[in-house]
Amino acid sequence: MAMLHIVNKSPFERVSFRSCLNHVKPGDSVLMIEDAVVGAYDNTSFSDKLKASMSDVSVYVLGGDLVARGLSEDRVINGIKSVDYAGFVDLTVENETTQSWL
Amino acid sequence: MATKKFMFVNRKSPYGTVYALESLEVVLISAAFEQDVSLAFLDDGVYQITKGQNTDGIGQKNFSSTYKALGDYEIKKLYVEKESLEERGLTPDDLMDLVWEDEDDDWAEKPSIILVNRAEMADAMAEQEVTLSF
Amino acid sequence: MALEVDGQTIELDEEGYLVDLSSWTPEVAKALAAGEDVELTDEHWDIINFLREYYDEYQIAPAVRVLTKAVGKRLGKDKGNSKYLYSLFPYGPGKQACKYAGLPKPTGCV
Repeated sequence: MAMLHIVNKSPFERVSFRSCLNHVKPGDSVLMIEDAVVGAYDNTSFSDKLKASMSDVSVYVLGGDLVARGLSEDRVINGIKSVDYAGFVDLTVENETTQSWL
Repeated sequence: MATKKFMFVNRKSPYGTVYALESLEVVLISAAFEQDVSLAFLDDGVYQITKGQNTDGIGQKNFSSTYKALGDYEIKKLYVEKESLEERGLTPDDLMDLVWEDEDDDWAEKPSIILVNRAEMADAMAEQEVTLSF
Repeated sequence: MALEVDGQTIELDEEGYLVDLSSWTPEVAKALAAGEDVELTDEHWDIINFLREYYDEYQIAPAVRVLTKAVGKRLGKDKGNSKYLYSLFPYGPGKQACKYAGLPKPTGCV
């Protein structure tokens, strides 16, 4: 049962993103939206934690929330896929269940 | 009215919550009282002043250009914490070019951003008479 | 509240400011001014155009103090003072000029 984990809090401010990564299962997906998108950048105090999860978990970021904050897709961690709202919907369909880490 | 040292402390990313916009509005209103106002950007607050923000995809008003008006409001001290940038994979080059115009120097543009380390930020905070944190 | 301009209905809020800022045209400005018995002169338009450019650049209506200083810089010291601005906009350069310019009420203006 693959699960889509949706995170919307900055990993630099709250523990919810870290807690999510501590509970994901192989084959699950993680989608960063809203303030969580700041966690997508490489070379941050959080990037090693996220990279460690990416061997068996697919990670996505909502592109509109990135550019809203002046962040560039070129500088996100290699392997993170940028999606739009339609892609967000697809992810909810592809996964049996969804959990929001508020 | 005696002038007091006011600092607005900004620690949240814009758009995800309303704190950044609320702070900016209070800053602009407070400018009418002609106090000695400075702003601090630390933790996720540094994302408020990144350049190239584009909110077309999220249906919210892009208020980043309003920070460029702060100089007109006599707000010339924007402290930005180096460590907060580094922890987020950012550099000072990722920030908007925020300036104020010096009327006494033929309207020359002077930088408003003051890059400080964590200890210097603590010192700047300690100097204040009024601190408002968002 | 609403305003009829060229057969179009322009919606206004309870204080007479445009609800939809994009519905502004110069004719709307003239109609808003006429509603307060003001005929817009070139001097009025200088201020209105300045306000629209300022809003376009910074996404805010400037406070009166900021407007006064900026007008002084752009149009000369003889116009960058509140006496001159109040002579054009007796209800207050912030409130009245911003209204005609189709801007929201200036932040911090009550």
